Amino acid sequence: MSDIPGLLPGLEVVRQDFPILERRLAGDVPLVYLDSANTSQKPQVVIDAMVDHLERHNANVARAMHQLGAESSEAFEAARDTVAAFLNAPSRDEVIFTRNASEALNLVANTIAWAPTGDGELGIGPADNVVITEMEHHSNIVPWQLATERKGADLRWFGLTDDGHLDLSRVDDLIDEHTKVVSLTWVSNMLGTVNPVAEIARKAHAVGAVVVVDASQAAPQMPVDVQAVDADFVAFTGHKTVGPTGIGVLWGRAELLDRLPVFLGGGEMIETVTMERSTYAKAPHKFEAGTPPIVEAVGLGAALRYLGDLGMEAVHTHEKAVTGYLLDGLASVGGVRVLGPTDPAERGGAVSFELEGVHPHDVAQLLDSRGVAVRAGHHCAKPAHKRYGVQSSTRASSYLYTSPEEIDALVDALGYTKSYFKV
Amino acid sequence: MSQQQADLDAMYQEIILDHYKNPQNEGLRDPFEAEVHHVNPTCGDEVTLRVHVSGAGDDAVVADVSYDAEGCSISQAATSVMTELLIGRRVSEAMGVHEQFLELMQGRGQVEPDEDVLEDGVAFAGVAKFPARVKCALLSWMAWKDATAQALDRADNPTEENR
Repeated sequence: MSDIPGLLPGLEVVRQDFPILERRLAGDVPLVYLDSANTSQKPQVVIDAMVDHLERHNANVARAMHQLGAESSEAFEAARDTVAAFLNAPSRDEVIFTRNASEALNLVANTIAWAPTGDGELGIGPADNVVITEMEHHSNIVPWQLATERKGADLRWFGLTDDGHLDLSRVDDLIDEHTKVVSLTWVSNMLGTVNPVAEIARKAHAVGAVVVVDASQAAPQMPVDVQAVDADFVAFTGHKTVGPTGIGVLWGRAELLDRLPVFLGGGEMIETVTMERSTYAKAPHKFEAGTPPIVEAVGLGAALRYLGDLGMEAVHTHEKAVTGYLLDGLASVGGVRVLGPTDPAERGGAVSFELEGVHPHDVAQLLDSRGVAVRAGHHCAKPAHKRYGVQSSTRASSYLYTSPEEIDALVDALGYTKSYFKV
Repeated sequence: MSQQQADLDAMYQEIILDHYKNPQNEGLRDPFEAEVHHVNPTCGDEVTLRVHVSGAGDDAVVADVSYDAEGCSISQAATSVMTELLIGRRVSEAMGVHEQFLELMQGRGQVEPDEDVLEDGVAFAGVAKFPARVKCALLSWMAWKDATAQALDRADNPTEENR
């Protein structure tokens, strides 16, 4: 395996933790998985933790008064501890399990929309505004569009610079005394850009706004310290952090979680229910109506422990090294235009690009015939694509198990694509 | 040649790549009775398509199909081939061609296309083996059906502006 500085120590051994990387595809070609920003692959330890839970400990949580119920509750709550440690959260009670990052963001947007309005209140009213950015994933756009439309509030957008960064030149116009929420992605899923979240949080807090951070692409790739970044809410999803689908996380500041109204009504989120009225549990259970994704939480706990054992600093260093190698590789292919920053120090591992003369769908199809799995389309970031005058793009995204040889295979397959389409 | 390569070549027939590079009947033209805008939400491919129908009832003819489309080779070529197949036909006949193309696309590669009816459209038989691409091939065909239905509807219920 070629050695470029910064790769994870023992990368070959790490790769063996992921059984799917041994897959061979049609035509007996090895899988080259470069779609980790879409969903990551799972190490054996996550698969085993979930199977073990289902085989030996399965029961509902918090409601079952038997031994299995106790074991299942313990495993579920241990996962919450793992998440809290992963995020450096001040309290485990600030960790809410959701289905995914979209649900986490919808939880915040909806409960803020329902909260009382006025000075010092969390709710948004007709005089207020919410600020998001043009590089958001649709899941951090649509919930805020819905909330501001319903409440008659103003939705404002950070624009983007030509080189793929947030345009901060108008920050003091955008964030004003009427701003109730600033919600932004930490790392763009399309441009790869790493945003100055702490700096924007300072500006937002100065006017009393709440800061929501979509860490869906950040949490897999870099150390996430919710205290250092000074956010009020942080959302991420399990399946991009080598965990299973069906589980996401919303971390929120305890004081704010206390003040927000409840989200979904149902079992486990109550304190008591009478025919006249109900009272509610404290966070996090207040926001976890119904039977939660138990085995998925167990899987997420195993996933985050796996990442912790590798070390998120080491994962981040690896990501930057592979992304740098990927950017160099793409630059060697004539006709490729990368969207977003081209300095690996300023970006995450998702690299979107255009190949002149070949539509992204056709690029992805040709790459797939060589076993190279990438994503083609708008990556749920249509406004960002529009900003750069492109309808769609091809995206290659690496992760902790990506080897330089896989990048070589991508570059090679892009050459094949060009010759196939005679461009 | 591997099966994989054969399937790929079956999808990207020369005819398809030719239509992709040299799309026929491209552009938006007057007159038209209906204009629709269809989008493939997963990939973002888009088409704006106009239909001009002349005559009425059983004599209604697809006088023109014009379009402005953005998308992959399969969706662009399918649009081009469709206009060649449908322009000048009776609407009733064109609907029959639409049916056959739909059947071919939804046949998972098991349907034998009728070249007398589909002409260059038979080149899309290979696409049917790639479920993710079937919707690319059908985008404009669905837009045409929608626009034609609207055009006929207006012909049956004329108002001042489009009489």
